[in-house]
Amino acid sequence: MLNQAINVKDLQKSYKKLQVLKGVDFAVEKGQIFALLGSNGAGKTTIIKILTTLLKPDGGTAFVNGFEVLTKSDEVRQSISLTGQFAAVDEVLTGRENLVMIARLRHLKDPRQAAQGLLNRCELQDAADRPVSFYSGGMRRKLDIAMSLVGNPQLIFLDEPTTGLDPEARLEVWKMVRELAANGTTVFLTTQYLEEAEQLADRIAILHEGRIIANGTLGELKKMFPPAKVEYVEKEPTLEEIFLAITSKKEENQNV
Amino acid sequence: MSKKFFSDMNVMLGRSMRHIFRSMDTIITVTIMPIAFMLLFGFVFGGAIQTGAEHYVDYLLPGILLIAIASGISYTAYRLFMDMQSGIFERFHSMPIARSAALWGHVLTSVVSNAISVAVIILVALLIGFRSPAGILAWLAVAGILALFTLALTWIAAIAGLSAKTVDGAGAFSYPLIFLPFISSAFVPTESMPAGVRAFAENQPVTSIVNAIRALLYNQPVGNGIWVALLWCVGILLAAYLFAMRIYKKQV
Repeated sequence: MLNQAINVKDLQKSYKKLQVLKGVDFAVEKGQIFALLGSNGAGKTTIIKILTTLLKPDGGTAFVNGFEVLTKSDEVRQSISLTGQFAAVDEVLTGRENLVMIARLRHLKDPRQAAQGLLNRCELQDAADRPVSFYSGGMRRKLDIAMSLVGNPQLIFLDEPTTGLDPEARLEVWKMVRELAANGTTVFLTTQYLEEAEQLADRIAILHEGRIIANGTLGELKKMFPPAKVEYVEKEPTLEEIFLAITSKKEENQNV
Repeated sequence: MSKKFFSDMNVMLGRSMRHIFRSMDTIITVTIMPIAFMLLFGFVFGGAIQTGAEHYVDYLLPGILLIAIASGISYTAYRLFMDMQSGIFERFHSMPIARSAALWGHVLTSVVSNAISVAVIILVALLIGFRSPAGILAWLAVAGILALFTLALTWIAAIAGLSAKTVDGAGAFSYPLIFLPFISSAFVPTESMPAGVRAFAENQPVTSIVNAIRALLYNQPVGNGIWVALLWCVGILLAAYLFAMRIYKKQV
């Protein structure tokens, strides 16, 4: 447990009659980039909301940085940061004011200096004093992530960080995520882009119909796939093929 | 309730005050309608209304201020609704801050921005002939009643902002509140109304609040009326606060 940033056992959650999580188990080691894959509505955001103390689970246990999410929610919040699906930035404020606001809420000693440091790190210096309503989608997302880095939390949640971004902005976000991991921050990200998981993640879990149906490194997941047939062109299976293969296999099993 | 709460709330207050000062149009739209009513009643209808007051605008002002506050708080509901929608509340609530600080920031901002609109309207009233013999203590009492009234309506706005499904819904609740002063002693003495309407007018909160403010502004004895007015304000404030907090706690 000591080396684990996240430990989830038999997590369950229903919205009215709809059971979204039917017993989810997984663990994330500290310093890893962990990607949770799943189609729309699979329950990825629900898992993130439970782990970031925004939602109470119906059953099971969840520990974040060693703290139980229900009973030690304040300690959990102290050690994490959330970048939600929709950019949670203040449109009226400037980029700098947004960062200073978060630094004040995190009770940092020098909020202005912390803001300047992050503006430099995220290459937003030029736009720092413009209201966010003038930012492009990519800049907004970068600011959004920068706001999550204020105070250097040990664990960062990124809920579909590149959805709706153009390819160039996506590459910039990927670069930020890699730099984070290089500095020892644990990153938990959800995505529906399989390439994103393939590019970034040390470990990938696939959430399907309320359960984790596969969990491993890219190499391990590739082994689950039938070996590539030798044809005229030798081709390794892409993660996309692996994903589609195991999700459809699962469905066949259940139909029997 | 600690040092942390006040420092967090201070940050939240700073944030929404910036919203107000960077979009002065919200203050202008809030003040324009009551000022228009004041001019309309003061110069068009006023001549035909017998109130016993020397200048009709003197009689009119308290009701106009209440209308201004009732329309001002719809922006609080709007700003709260937008925060719930945009995901910025999720960010705040996943941070180690005092949870109700985000809500209180909006509430205090509402009080400050309504105080600004009220001051603007009083200035315009002075320009068109409003005069008051009241001393500083009476004015402070008026400010206190208006602040309580603003807080009470703001918590009603918080209920609307937290539970609305659409932007329009978040703003629409304020229309009946804006209308309430018309069926009160704000524009005409209640004695002139038919019995049923008069009974309603004399027993709804706006009349007692208007009468108390009017008495304070003209150095007349406030009598028991001021306690009725305060009771209304505090009662609505507490009920709306408890209800809004329940919704808020359920959602975060």
